[in-house]
Amino acid sequence: MLSIKNLHASIDGKEILKGVNLEVKAGEIHAIMGPNGSGKSTLSAVLAGREDYEVTEGSVTFNEKDLLELLPEDRAREGVFLAFQYPVEIPGVSNVNFLKIALNEIRAYKGLEPMEAKDFLVRLKEKQKLVELDGKLASRSVNEGFSGGEKKRNEIFQMAMLEPKLSILDETDSGLDIDALRIVAGGVNKLKSKDNAIIVITHYQRLLDYIVPDVVHILYNGKIVKSGPKELALELEEKGYDFIKEQVGA
Amino acid sequence: MEAELKTMTTKDKLIAEFESSKNSLFDNIQLREQALEAFSKQGIPNRKSEEYKYVNIELSMKGDFAFSSSKKLSAKQIESTQFLKDAIIVVIENGKFNSESSKVNSLPKGLQILTISEAVSDESYTKHYTKYADINSDVFIALNTAFASGGVFIHLAKSAVIETPIHIIHISSVSENTILNTRNLIVVEENAQVQFVESYETVDLSAKSFTNTLTEIVVEANAIVSHFKIQNECELGSLISTTQVVQKGKSVFSNHTFTLSGSLVRNNLNIVLDGEHIESHLNGLYLTNGNQVVDNHTLVDHRKPNCNSNELYKGIIEDKSSATFNGKIYVRKDAQKTNAFQSNKNILLSDDGTINTKPQLEIYADDVKCSHGTSTGKLDVDKIFYLRARGLSEASAKKLLMHAFASEVLDSIKGMEDLHNYLEERISKRFE
Repeated sequence: MLSIKNLHASIDGKEILKGVNLEVKAGEIHAIMGPNGSGKSTLSAVLAGREDYEVTEGSVTFNEKDLLELLPEDRAREGVFLAFQYPVEIPGVSNVNFLKIALNEIRAYKGLEPMEAKDFLVRLKEKQKLVELDGKLASRSVNEGFSGGEKKRNEIFQMAMLEPKLSILDETDSGLDIDALRIVAGGVNKLKSKDNAIIVITHYQRLLDYIVPDVVHILYNGKIVKSGPKELALELEEKGYDFIKEQVGA
Repeated sequence: MEAELKTMTTKDKLIAEFESSKNSLFDNIQLREQALEAFSKQGIPNRKSEEYKYVNIELSMKGDFAFSSSKKLSAKQIESTQFLKDAIIVVIENGKFNSESSKVNSLPKGLQILTISEAVSDESYTKHYTKYADINSDVFIALNTAFASGGVFIHLAKSAVIETPIHIIHISSVSENTILNTRNLIVVEENAQVQFVESYETVDLSAKSFTNTLTEIVVEANAIVSHFKIQNECELGSLISTTQVVQKGKSVFSNHTFTLSGSLVRNNLNIVLDGEHIESHLNGLYLTNGNQVVDNHTLVDHRKPNCNSNELYKGIIEDKSSATFNGKIYVRKDAQKTNAFQSNKNILLSDDGTINTKPQLEIYADDVKCSHGTSTGKLDVDKIFYLRARGLSEASAKKLLMHAFASEVLDSIKGMEDLHNYLEERISKRFE
């Protein structure tokens, strides 16, 4: 589904990603862990198409398409979803209205008719329940006045509504208390299927107790320096990131 | 004579026009002569006039102008300007009350609508007419007072509650360049309630119209008045629109000004809070593009204690257009416990657009809460990216954000669903 080869990216002339390689297949959950400043958020931003980052080398293929050639909206329409680490507040734009527009633009891209209002409402209700999102929050302005936990839950709600093929969760666990974490993780697990894939970007192992990855990658200094089974996350938690630094000789 | 006219300044032409028509056309000559003198003293504003430095009035008034028009629109053309489902319609066509197209028969109890010429003998009219808009304070007040003709006097009796809104439609449709001076007086007696919509339209306009309109509104104690101005003129229309309001104790007045088009629009909204426990709301939205010039001047004059005023003006400026906001708040020495808030926010969409914003607070009382804020920026790139990351095109993301920005002002309209819907549709179309 996703194939990242030797990806280099920089911002303001400073190289952050220094040759990332990653293969993700449908039905898989990958975790990317790494210390602060290792390039985790840069990777998610580059995949989503943030224009501040410049890709200097390498390639990203998503379902046979050159992802880096696509506009951010076309990446979303092809099925890439980024759950933001810091979701933006948009006063005056209702969550529901914005999702309706998003959904219909995605459908138009695929040559489909706009969704029937009734079907939309059914989906809305169903997905709200999935992430235990209060109906009032769903109809309010996007993230305006939401708590940190509500914002993250709203990201997963949007993910549920848009049914992406590849979801990238960028530090979705940061700032979540344990109850909110369980709800968010529960939502993600319910959305998992053999046809979609999930990349979980996190600093801590905690989230991976709830969203169990098939593969764990350690991103360090702009490169994936180690990959392994889910136990790698536990080892990392136990020994700390210094053990990686020693291993890679940094 | 013709050669002479060409070398005359606009001011001279206006004075000559007054002299030639004063005996045949006008009532109330003494008052008008005083006003003309005040006009003559102040002159047509130019770029050096502090209060009009961002609007090129001289240019808009250049050339020869007529002062009335005999052109008549068809009933159908006039109907096209009506956007409220249920309203008491007052049509002012080229500066003159049009009785055929207006719907002022069988008015609700307590409501009276008269033409200015019918009203001259009315007690309430003579008590209030020209008492608030000071001819020495502004040249266009002076000009209007000298030339005023054809407007309406609207009176609400004590405790009258009119549920149907009154829609005053100003239509310009002239076929030669014309200056129109329209004057209205609205008196809302104690404890009465009413909603006014004043819209400014151009229909089949084939020459320049320069409309200098003045509405005086008297809001007596405990009265509740909502006043909406919808400015819809085409690129041949220039509009100076003055609203002079005086409020008495415990009254509530709200003005909502929506400037959606027009080549030059200058709004002067002056509110005097002459009583205690008064509430005033000023909401404005201006969407400018092309070479449009829009200038909103507001003045909130707190004269007595314990009053609240709240002001929100927002604008989106595109292309080479220019917008000005100048909001004055006076809090006089006696006006203790005043709450006065003002906010002006702008989105500048182009590099060639201009926004001038100037809040002016003058506070002479010491126990007050006043604040003002102003911001001007581009559309937030983080918000645009967030929406695009969910599948919205860049264009629809921007459209959604502009709509959201405007909706704060739009949503201040309460209880006028069809007006809200009409504006909603106009604004959405604008962002397409």
